[in-house]
Amino acid sequence: MAVQALDAGRPSIDWQKWALPAALIAVAYCLIPAYASSYLVEAILLPFLALSLAAVGLNLLTGYCGQLSLGSSAFMAVGAFAAYNFNLRVEGLPLAATMILAGISAAGIGVVFGLPSLRLRGFYLAVSTLAAQFFVQWALTKFGWFSNDNPSGVISAPHLVIAGFSFDGATGRYLLSVTTVILLTALVWRLVNSATGRNFIAVRDNETAARVIGVPVLRTKLLAFAISSFIIGVAGVLWAFTYLRTVEPAGFNLDRSFQILFIIIIGGLASIRGAFLGAAFIVVFPLALSRLGAALFGWLFDSGVLDMSQRIVLGALIIIFLIAEPNGLSALLDRLKRRIGSRSS
Amino acid sequence: MIGASLGAAAYERAPEISGILAGAGPVEDTRPARLSAKTDAILTLSGIGIAFGGVKALSDVDLEVKGGEIRAVIGPNGAGKSSLINIISGLYHADRGRIAIDGQSFSRVPASRLARLGVARTFQNLALFGGLSVRDNIASGRVHTRRASFVEHIAGLPRARREDARIAEKVDRTIAFLHLDTVADRLVATLPYGLQKRVELARALVAEPKILLLDEPMAGMTATEKAEMAGFVRAARDRHGVTIILIEHDIGVVMGLSDRVAVLDYGRKIADGTPAEVRTDPAVIRAYIGTADGEGI
Repeated sequence: MAVQALDAGRPSIDWQKWALPAALIAVAYCLIPAYASSYLVEAILLPFLALSLAAVGLNLLTGYCGQLSLGSSAFMAVGAFAAYNFNLRVEGLPLAATMILAGISAAGIGVVFGLPSLRLRGFYLAVSTLAAQFFVQWALTKFGWFSNDNPSGVISAPHLVIAGFSFDGATGRYLLSVTTVILLTALVWRLVNSATGRNFIAVRDNETAARVIGVPVLRTKLLAFAISSFIIGVAGVLWAFTYLRTVEPAGFNLDRSFQILFIIIIGGLASIRGAFLGAAFIVVFPLALSRLGAALFGWLFDSGVLDMSQRIVLGALIIIFLIAEPNGLSALLDRLKRRIGSRSS
Repeated sequence: MIGASLGAAAYERAPEISGILAGAGPVEDTRPARLSAKTDAILTLSGIGIAFGGVKALSDVDLEVKGGEIRAVIGPNGAGKSSLINIISGLYHADRGRIAIDGQSFSRVPASRLARLGVARTFQNLALFGGLSVRDNIASGRVHTRRASFVEHIAGLPRARREDARIAEKVDRTIAFLHLDTVADRLVATLPYGLQKRVELARALVAEPKILLLDEPMAGMTATEKAEMAGFVRAARDRHGVTIILIEHDIGVVMGLSDRVAVLDYGRKIADGTPAEVRTDPAVIRAYIGTADGEGI
């Protein structure tokens, strides 16, 4: 009987589940490099990819493990500046190794600032992660060594070369970025569907019960901080090396941290797909709003009004999402799919 | 070796001596452990006391639980039943007294090692992981047996896969045992209350504990659900030989189910014995009739 039950419990390979990711990867590698304009790549896809990856990282910590963090952009900054320094100071270090070392540096800092999570919860933990936000930004500005003594703390991306091929062009940077995002997202997907991922959820949903059944709660929280910060750190490298090319510590400010938090709230907590949906929304929304505003109000809709209206609409949207659909765009998409499915059948 | 010569009856009758014995040694005091081996007790509480902000929730409570028995602890609201179970599972730390679990004596039970000590529990108010399926909730009950690291999980290395397969098999058996087959792949938060209670029992049972602590497993259930749950609890003991400590508010349910019943009132043990003895105990009748909870007697 047990054998029977075992067979029934084993899921068969679900082709439908693989069809969409396969199609997206085909679009990412075939259609976009061939047809996308450089504006689309530079202004939309590159920031979208870096922010998506950062949101995937934060979602692991906040969405899956339930540890609220307001320090995401500090870990992005650590990744970016660490990559810059590894590249600068270690002769002939391959780009992939630079990115991994940058991620490990961010993970180390993440664990240090994750230590308060062992005693603090929710709002209090969020406040303590603010310390990471301000400390990292201060340290990167204060100590010239981090930016190779640039007077304003600015770092510039090095030449992006892998195995003799240059990835400095828009398409090259896009391919580098998309490959990194796909690889890390696949690893995170494996992780959240493993026993470790279920430990994250157990700690989030009921810490006391998790402790009693033997989940190593402290280790699980620190692991979540480490892996999350690793991924956010690599996202910081993409932000600095493939998107902006020149960054300063002030670019990684609290606004950026909030932006990543809003991405996972709008996209959907504890959902990898939600991180991408939310990032797409956050990147496209200001552009769409400025086009719409210009079309409706003409010259009245200047950049000041745009900035203001953007904040107002975004703030209202977050409130609406938190009240009406706490599971974000991802859940909205699921509901839409079900409705279409029930209509066609 | 005074302790060993005292014998079971003397040990029970002389709390002051047991108190001295329990308090005499360092943290890993082996003497109560030897005593419990002699009385086949798998769990012994001696002189447990705890207070919250000056209010005594438990004072000088002794409890001895034999291997393989269903031991009920009953009492009116606020009698200290839940405090007792929280002390055994290490969520509360007793101000005084000692707890011996399967030969190991503690003044504070380490909650994080509870599963490895062979103790599993359920909670009075459901404590499931709402974001996980029924199957994954139950599987989490065996998390203490896992050794593979997260890297092995991501890479799908043999040890991680072996653990997953071994746990899946045990989970399937538990699901069949508690008739949860039809809901196994649903999110646990979408289940009705009675079924969630059963999933929590499954999560505790899958750990194959020596001691199972059930904190009001039938609270808020319909009469049918209560009878069903009582059947599962009895079957768990009969088939797997697990020792069960059952906290209940409704004394009617436990009388038919338990081998021995301890009665708490205002943090003190006022009676202890077989259901028949306890039912006729004047102190118990007074405690229950003195409060609004007269039902079941």
